[in-house]
Amino acid sequence: MRTPRGATGLALAALVVLIAIVGPLLAAKPPDALLTIPYAKPSGQFPLGSDFLGRDVLSRVLNGGWALLIMAAVATAFGIAVGAAAGISAAYLRGRPDSFIMRTVDVILAFPQLVFALLLLSLLGPKLWLIVLAVGLTHAPAVGRVIRSATLDISERDYVKVVELQGMRPVKVMTKEILPNLISPLMVEAGLRLTYSIVIIAGLAFLGFGQAPPAANWGLMINENRSGLPLNPWAVIVPAALIALLTIGTNTFTDAIARVTIGVERRPEEAALLDELTPRQSQ
Amino acid sequence: MTTASVPAEPAASGRDAHPILDLTGRRVAIGIITLLVVSAVVFVATQVLPGNAAFAVVGRGANPARLHATERQLHLDRGLLDQYWIWLSGLFTGKLGTSLANGQPVWALVKPRLINSAVLVLVTGAIGAIVGVVLGAVAALRKDSWFDHITSVTALAITSLPEFVVAIALIILLSTVVLHVLPAVSLLPPGTYAWSQPELLILPVATLVIVIVPYIFRMMRAAMIEALESDYVEMARLKGVPEWRLVLFHAVPNAMAPTIQVIGLNFLYLAGGVVVIEFVFNFPGIGQGLVFAVENRDIPVIQFIVVVLAAFYVFMNIVTDVIALLVTPRRRIAR
Repeated sequence: MRTPRGATGLALAALVVLIAIVGPLLAAKPPDALLTIPYAKPSGQFPLGSDFLGRDVLSRVLNGGWALLIMAAVATAFGIAVGAAAGISAAYLRGRPDSFIMRTVDVILAFPQLVFALLLLSLLGPKLWLIVLAVGLTHAPAVGRVIRSATLDISERDYVKVVELQGMRPVKVMTKEILPNLISPLMVEAGLRLTYSIVIIAGLAFLGFGQAPPAANWGLMINENRSGLPLNPWAVIVPAALIALLTIGTNTFTDAIARVTIGVERRPEEAALLDELTPRQSQ
Repeated sequence: MTTASVPAEPAASGRDAHPILDLTGRRVAIGIITLLVVSAVVFVATQVLPGNAAFAVVGRGANPARLHATERQLHLDRGLLDQYWIWLSGLFTGKLGTSLANGQPVWALVKPRLINSAVLVLVTGAIGAIVGVVLGAVAALRKDSWFDHITSVTALAITSLPEFVVAIALIILLSTVVLHVLPAVSLLPPGTYAWSQPELLILPVATLVIVIVPYIFRMMRAAMIEALESDYVEMARLKGVPEWRLVLFHAVPNAMAPTIQVIGLNFLYLAGGVVVIEFVFNFPGIGQGLVFAVENRDIPVIQFIVVVLAAFYVFMNIVTDVIALLVTPRRRIAR
């Protein structure tokens, strides 16, 4: 990439993604097998020691990332798709659809993201698809607002007016003419939301709402093994560091993309606050 | 833009004389409507959607008699509108029913948690705002210095981190592996107040401060740089106003406007952020209460806590907007 910071971010994220994807193939021991005493210190046989049940931490770390990555990616894609569809329709159709969509947005935005996800999980239990759905849904309103204001601008342009006069159907105008011009804001939004997805999904797993034990999962590992911090801190430090490197990587990379494509010195949400005064969500 | 010093709009008619009151009124009205819809959504979702709430509560070992008793306890034998009305009026009279997990009244269960969380949020917000504003202003004054670079990169890195990773890092550094100066988890039983052992507040507050400061810092820095490069500061400088006066009386007040809004948004963030942090530190607040309630499917407690958090959210949104309006004269008049 064109900026060194962006390249660093990309490299960090790629490293963690690689570990998460290739990891299960490299793991030398079964992640669920009880192999030694609980919280054993690192040794030749167990390079990162053992966890609270005496399982191999390294094997569990190598197996514990892919679910988080897939869930975060799907949740982000879902949130961006719903948000973009809602934002474009609201701005282009105006009138009733616009106010209906924006009032719905207000209602969802009245919940903190994590609380909204917990509310949904309390209804049907911590099912993985429900977590993905809930996290995706909490992204949609913020994405919708950004895309709505971008669409308002684009739908006034001449090339849109021309195809409208030629009688193109609204759905086609939105997908063929408007959507392709929203690629840069959508890319920035996707990066931001991906970071938040990882944070929330890892956080939910940490709280115990994710893959059920005995699954190997970085968020869950941190919670399971934190009472053994004085004995074998690596069972906590390594999964926590991997999550941290991943989110720092995606966020730094997104920051670089925002600078290049939108050309702002600041993040979009900060730039907007400086320019104009409207109710807005930072996350 | 340059009419900021004009005190009152003589041309304004009586109806438009108080744009702030006007706007506040409208925001409050919209806020109340939003909250009503929110309460209805929460209620319908928790009470109706999953088939039968009583079944969710009693669980697999349900026999008809128990199921029936629970249905009556939850007023499930009445019409939906009746149920909603009983619950909604309960929100104002404190008759919120009893916890399904342990039979205690919901209000008695949640009240001490509410106060503990409020203490946590207020202390965090106050410290975070001061630290963020000061760091941001200094970084802006020394733009492109090593201090600016280090703080900016650190801020970007921290904004990416999940709260619980920050919390775990602090626990590792301060209370288990490296140093042993602070208690890792609070042993306060639920129902007691945080200030009975203030040292237990240190780690949760420190974590949340670290999490919110970068946002405030970044906003203050950006706004301050903008203000320092503005025409009015240049003008004042040419007039010979001393540099410290420029900073304190010209740049800082103008940079504060967007920053105050970000501080408000961070209070919003804290409403959600306390959930994970209270869980990590075993802090007996509303967030920990929510996690326990979700684990136990304790529906009356979930309903109440979610509505309280949503109300705080909507309320802080309004406060943030109004304060931003109050501190920005040009916007006040432009309306």
